[in-house]
Amino acid sequence: MNSARANPINTFAMHGALILYTLIALFPVFVILINSFKTRKMIFREPLALPDAESFSMVGYQTVMKQGDFFLYFQNSFLVTVGSLTLILLFGAMAAFALSEYRFRGNMLMGLYLALGIMIPIRIGTVAILEMMVSTGLVNTLWALILVYTAQGLPLAVFILSEFMRQVSDDLKNAGRIDGLSEYTIFFKLVLPLVRPAMATVAVFNMIPIWNDLWFPLILAPAEETKTLTLGSQVFIGQFVTDWNAVLSALSLAILPVLVLYTIFSRQLIRGITSGAVK
Amino acid sequence: MTALTLTNVNKSFGTVHVLKDINIEVNEGEFVVFVGPSGCGKSTLLRTIAGLEDVTSGELRIAGEVVNQTPPSKRGIAMVFQSYALYPHLNVRNNMALALKQAKESKETIEARVAEASRMLSLTDYLDRFPSELSGGQRQRVAIGRAIVRHPKLFLFDEPLSNLDAALRMNTRLEIANLHQQLGATMIYVTHDQTEAMTLADKIVVLRDGRVEQIGSPMELYNNPANQFVAGFLGSPAMNFLPANLLQDGNPNTLGVRPEDLFLSEDGLLQVTSKHVEHLGGDTNVIADCHGHQITLRLFGQHAIDAGQSLRLGIAEGKSYYFDAAGARLS
Ligand SMILES: Nc1ncnc2c1ncn2[C@@H]1O[C@H](COP(=O)(O)OP(=O)(O)O)[C@@H](O)[C@H]1O
Ligand SMILES: [Mg+2]
Repeated sequence: MNSARANPINTFAMHGALILYTLIALFPVFVILINSFKTRKMIFREPLALPDAESFSMVGYQTVMKQGDFFLYFQNSFLVTVGSLTLILLFGAMAAFALSEYRFRGNMLMGLYLALGIMIPIRIGTVAILEMMVSTGLVNTLWALILVYTAQGLPLAVFILSEFMRQVSDDLKNAGRIDGLSEYTIFFKLVLPLVRPAMATVAVFNMIPIWNDLWFPLILAPAEETKTLTLGSQVFIGQFVTDWNAVLSALSLAILPVLVLYTIFSRQLIRGITSGAVK
Repeated sequence: MTALTLTNVNKSFGTVHVLKDINIEVNEGEFVVFVGPSGCGKSTLLRTIAGLEDVTSGELRIAGEVVNQTPPSKRGIAMVFQSYALYPHLNVRNNMALALKQAKESKETIEARVAEASRMLSLTDYLDRFPSELSGGQRQRVAIGRAIVRHPKLFLFDEPLSNLDAALRMNTRLEIANLHQQLGATMIYVTHDQTEAMTLADKIVVLRDGRVEQIGSPMELYNNPANQFVAGFLGSPAMNFLPANLLQDGNPNTLGVRPEDLFLSEDGLLQVTSKHVEHLGGDTNVIADCHGHQITLRLFGQHAIDAGQSLRLGIAEGKSYYFDAAGARLS
């Protein structure tokens, strides 16, 4: 066994570092959560204190609930995130399969072209995108957001997934071809399950920026019925007064679904199902 | 009848010319081994026959029919891969049955064929297991079973034993030889291991750099190699090559002698110094130095020879081979 790993001091140091990092990473979340249950006065007087009988208050959550459209915002965010992730994963994986599996003229150029998108932020094109959405009548629809986020996520998805797909055994795909499987079956049944960890990585990388984005919802879909959670929460932040109770409560609620999705994907990340397939 | 005919087959990947003018004929029921060093194009040739790669030029016939444009699943072939390539999401039964299901065979046929194959390969107890729950040898047998159930016109094996350990390799080799006898099917087997080639083949095709060097039965190739490459590739330990003028006969060519055709002799022509002695019990291999050239000598039985000892060697009557500077055999 690796001696560095067996050494108790090293083990301790390693776990110490990891625990420290976890604490630092969780601290803001923790502060948001505890303060969302406190009265406004107590939030400012003692921001780090836990809510007690005296300072406990649900007023923030009540404000958020009363804001009526909150559930709609929530639903919008969810639809946009899940919709975009689905399209990114589906089209990203298909493009990656084509690029890694088939030899065709311009394969390399196409790969480079797609990779270029990683380096150029999509927000540079905001004006053009807005014009396009206006002329196609997609402004103030969730589709506008889903399409933009899909475009934003695809380059990295194709890049990562094609790297992983290159590593899927050629023999396995060829065995499928000899047994008469169609290219679609080979893609969906043989290749996709083997790159599941990579798919989960792509999903996690894309999910959080999409969920948190304020820019495109504000520009492309600011209407009441298409507001996302992030945009919806902005009503509590004023130029002069900010309803901190409500903001913190809205944020706490917004964390939940991301946590759920993350748990689902990270399980896929860890699960190694490739063993025994080849060799 | 010919099971497979390759006529002037060429294959290039872009500018890389991998297969060069391959002409091979395989008769029905024959066990043909393609052998050659790594990277010489054996797998590419096999994949071309399977239809996984298109030929760049030339004609490919299976059982008399031109199959250049036929997809792999319609060529009547089955292939066993070096990496087994079992479907990870299917159990042993379904791994074997998949091709038949794709071909829309009836349930009874599928069941009967799977039962037959798993009985032949002693896999009956493992039908419900998944590939990840099998040992390497079992996985390889499933891969072979997957080929058998299809009743193909042509079996293709791509280095099927190279992932197995030595003992298992020997057993599986025998099993494959048995299968060939039982099924009477035409088999094409690719390997870089000359022992596998010599032991399994009815006919060996020696390949080098994408070219066929020689085709023939194992003993034809062993006794009558067409060139220095074939002579050196087949046989273990490999043939010794020395400048022929070491024998003081003024011959400018290369002399080839197999290690087993050398013997100890007081008035032998070759003066050598032993450097290293391998006592194998049944055999004794002596690696010796002959005027700066390494020479291997294989003696039957046990011999008390020490490193550093001077020896004189004779060459068995009619067992010297001569090759010119380009490696071609001189008669
Ligand atoms: N898809 C490919 N693209 C480019 N070159 C290839 C490809 N497949 C094989 N080759 C080349 O063809 C040669 C023969 O390869 P291969 O048939 O795998 O050799 P072998 O099986 O005899 O070890 C190698 O030099 C390899 O680099
Ligand atoms: Mg090979």
